[in-house]
Amino acid sequence: MDLLGSALAVSAIIFSLGVAGVLLRRNAIIVFMSIELMLNAVNLSFIALAQQLGPEGQVFVLFVMAVAAAEAVVGLAIIIAIYRHKQTVNLDKINLLSG
Amino acid sequence: MLVFNFWFFSGLAIISALLCITRRSPVVSAMWLVVTMFSIAALYIILGAQFIGAIQVLVYAGAIMVLFLFVIMLLNLGRDEPTDLPGWWGHAITFGIGTLLIVELWAVTRIVPAGEVRLPAGTMDRVMEQEGVVGAISSTLFRDFLVPFEITSVLLLAAVVGAVVLAKRRI
Repeated sequence: MDLLGSALAVSAIIFSLGVAGVLLRRNAIIVFMSIELMLNAVNLSFIALAQQLGPEGQVFVLFVMAVAAAEAVVGLAIIIAIYRHKQTVNLDKINLLSG
Repeated sequence: MLVFNFWFFSGLAIISALLCITRRSPVVSAMWLVVTMFSIAALYIILGAQFIGAIQVLVYAGAIMVLFLFVIMLLNLGRDEPTDLPGWWGHAITFGIGTLLIVELWAVTRIVPAGEVRLPAGTMDRVMEQEGVVGAISSTLFRDFLVPFEITSVLLLAAVVGAVVLAKRRI
């Protein structure tokens, strides 16, 4: 039984929802959660392909998870630092570099 | 039964992901994201990656989501605020881009791996049976990917130091 095509389709839909979340929301924390959604969708396609192409795909998922954990830690620290300065996490109000 | 479970958890993952990006309160969003993470862990197990499924629950649904909730509570963002969702034009643009992306990715899923790179049917099951679920991953990880694995530890150290420096009171 072959679930590869269906799993890739589900992964594509979840990835698109993540992109929509990044574009739609202005709350920095929810934008961050959408990025985690995208990473998870990519992991899902790795796992689906690993079933037919060997265990290297599963090893890569481990690496992606490690990078995602590091990224979440640093990103949330940046959000805390920005909140201290601006008292907001609304991305439209964080426009220091837009002149 | 396996196919039914696959579609059940796929539907759960997609619906909770949709709720995650549309709820107003960050806490509610985070809770729906936890449901998504658990559903994706179930999908991993259905697709024959039991170890990755366990790691998904531990790392994502456990550690990373606790970190998110901790930051939401720390910044006191849980209260109801006016929605940050844009008006109808924002929805229209996002819907257009999202549809385009889905069509594009759907086209990619039509591609099947070429016959020469594809393992013979049942190879992964046989490897899993011989070496165990964890053994199949660990022999690849510690033999072929040892250097990337060690570099990952440096990355994690840099992330820890960076987080401490960034979240200090005076930056």
